[in-house]
Amino acid sequence: MLKKISSIPFAGTPEQEAELKAVIAKHIDDPGAVMPVLQEAQDIYGYLPIEVQTMIAEGLNVPLEEVYGVSTFYSQFALSPKGKYNISVCMGTACYVKGSGDVLNKLSEELGIEAEECTLDGQFSLTACRCIGACGLAPVITINDDVYGRLTADMIPDILKKYKD
Amino acid sequence: MEMLNIKINGMPFSVEKNTTILEACQQFGIKIPTLCYLKDINEIGACRMCLCEVKGARSLVAACVYPIDREGTEIFTNTPQIQKSRKTTLELIVSNHDKKCLSCPRSNNCELQKLCVEYGVDETKFCGEETKYDVDESTLHLVRNNNKCILCRRCSAACKDQYVGVIGANNRGFDTEIGCAFNKDLSEVACVACGQCTAVCPTGALIERDDTAKVFEAIADETKTVIVHTAPSIRATLGECFDMPIGTNVTGKMVAALRRLGFDKVFDTNFAADLTIMEEGTEFLDRVKNGGTLPMITSCSPGWIKFCEHYYPELIPNLSTCKSPQQMQGAMIKSYYAEKMGIDPKDMVVVAVMPCVAKKFEIKRDDQGHNGLDDNDIVITTRELAKMIKAVGLQFTELPDEQFDPIMGIGSGAGTIFGATGGVMEAALRTVADVLTGEDLEHIDYTDVRGMDDIKEATYDVAGMQVKVAVTSGLKNAAKLLDKVKSGEADYQFIEVMCCPGGCINGGGQPIVDGHTRNFVDVKGLRAAALYDDDKNLEYRKSHKNPEIKAIYDEYLGEPGSHKAHELLHTSYVKRPKY
Repeated sequence: MLKKISSIPFAGTPEQEAELKAVIAKHIDDPGAVMPVLQEAQDIYGYLPIEVQTMIAEGLNVPLEEVYGVSTFYSQFALSPKGKYNISVCMGTACYVKGSGDVLNKLSEELGIEAEECTLDGQFSLTACRCIGACGLAPVITINDDVYGRLTADMIPDILKKYKD
Repeated sequence: MEMLNIKINGMPFSVEKNTTILEACQQFGIKIPTLCYLKDINEIGACRMCLCEVKGARSLVAACVYPIDREGTEIFTNTPQIQKSRKTTLELIVSNHDKKCLSCPRSNNCELQKLCVEYGVDETKFCGEETKYDVDESTLHLVRNNNKCILCRRCSAACKDQYVGVIGANNRGFDTEIGCAFNKDLSEVACVACGQCTAVCPTGALIERDDTAKVFEAIADETKTVIVHTAPSIRATLGECFDMPIGTNVTGKMVAALRRLGFDKVFDTNFAADLTIMEEGTEFLDRVKNGGTLPMITSCSPGWIKFCEHYYPELIPNLSTCKSPQQMQGAMIKSYYAEKMGIDPKDMVVVAVMPCVAKKFEIKRDDQGHNGLDDNDIVITTRELAKMIKAVGLQFTELPDEQFDPIMGIGSGAGTIFGATGGVMEAALRTVADVLTGEDLEHIDYTDVRGMDDIKEATYDVAGMQVKVAVTSGLKNAAKLLDKVKSGEADYQFIEVMCCPGGCINGGGQPIVDGHTRNFVDVKGLRAAALYDDDKNLEYRKSHKNPEIKAIYDEYLGEPGSHKAHELLHTSYVKRPKY
């Protein structure tokens, strides 16, 4: 799945920046420092926008393209922020054959975002994920820690209503 | 040195321990096909073309990265299983390759195409999904067409080896593509335009922007006086495009070809190299005497200049303010020559033949040109010139040897060696030493600054003055040297930096050398030797002895560093963003 680059303006704080700099300082002499620093940076910011990756490139003295290459190789790295509610649609084999594609499309339509994107108000993000091991409930989505199974696309609007503040 | 007795295809050989299979086979006259392997910079065993069999190994092994470390190793390089594997690899590569070979600028010079022919590949064997990419034509200097990319990563390795690293592999699996961070266009990142990626690309995925049509158009326009000038190193490399041995000096045939292409005048950029020495030597002495910023760093190489602006902007005051020889030549053609001949410079088209793709960028830099006109109008690379010569059917090797046109057709030996790393420094020292001693010194070979070492240092006693110099080429080496300058660890007065490893003879616009030749032949050394031979045999070997240089100062510029010289021959630089 190609990653979506967020167009939401970067809202990093000086505290987050200080934390990232400490992480970079901790790893600067490690061989292959890019990956652990990206992991910890994602913990700090929730995702890895160009501003964060540039700080990492500058701090570790590696090309920005190399940092970006690593961040797009591993599926756990996100280039788009997560919303207050992160909706993961399982695209594992069982869910997929049971129609998770339709569920994803419906979510996309309702929220006005594509997979791997976040709504402008920061409320919802949408992720297409690998098998989460709940195949008996296929197709499955999770909204933060809540699990919804045996879904059809027409059930989506009611589910979303619960989370719209 | 531990030697091992091995067998290759049943024949006994003896090799040094830990030699790779690829190198061992090369030593014994067997060429193993490769696509991704580039010695020292891209040893990743990724393309699977070099697969060989090692008796007892579980599967076929990648010869380029397999070290022979056991006595009695038995290697097979060409079994039916190996042939089938290589053929399948090629068929899989071409299954997702834009197979428009007829219109591809690398046709007949494409490593993929050549191997496909050798292995009898069926390009329709696997018909699966094909990825379609937009072509990146955002820069003046090159075109990136990922539809022809085979993901060998030679370009990204070359880019990283230049300490630029703006292109690399993004995404994963079938989505993998070579690109810039955050999918930016090349024009939006800190690419220095060196073109080394185009020189190492095995296919047509990375090519210089082709400006030959503009040249043909200008030549056909009878209202224009079309003037061409050729950089020092072109004479040492152009012959390769016509199957002449690497390192053949083809000055005379090149001039003859240019004249037959229809250029009105054929000048030698060596003339402007000499002019550069006059200005740069004067600037150096002025900086030494008057407490200017030292070390002074040469400014002939536009890739290097752009690198400095993006990555070391704090050293901009150290850059010589001299324009490059290309720009000086253009500036003099459109002023001095135009006035002397009574031609309106607006009716001139000046074409520069360069070893370099960054020169295409340089002509549009700010603070170049004069009276609203660019110094040069079109830049073509050595490769594009060869293409033009072939297009009009000139039998290059049969051409007579002809001479450049006056009054910008004489270049000294000092100008010629600009094309190799160390050449600008040596040329400058020849002139500076004469100026300081007031003599016509006979010892003019500054061999310490020649050759392909990463960083060359020397201290010369010139008329009682100690001149400490350093010479480097390739931006990785330049970065190391500049870090020393920045930290105060180095106390040079004069530094020569060339962007491309080995200098212009290995420029990004030079004839393509396939991976195998690049890995096993001293291409840079052979090309440089042609220039040093040329220098030895020329009538004038010092820039200030060039009679046309004397004339231009007498008649037009006054003296080096004069007001007029500054107006026409000097420039300025700008800080550019790194990200």
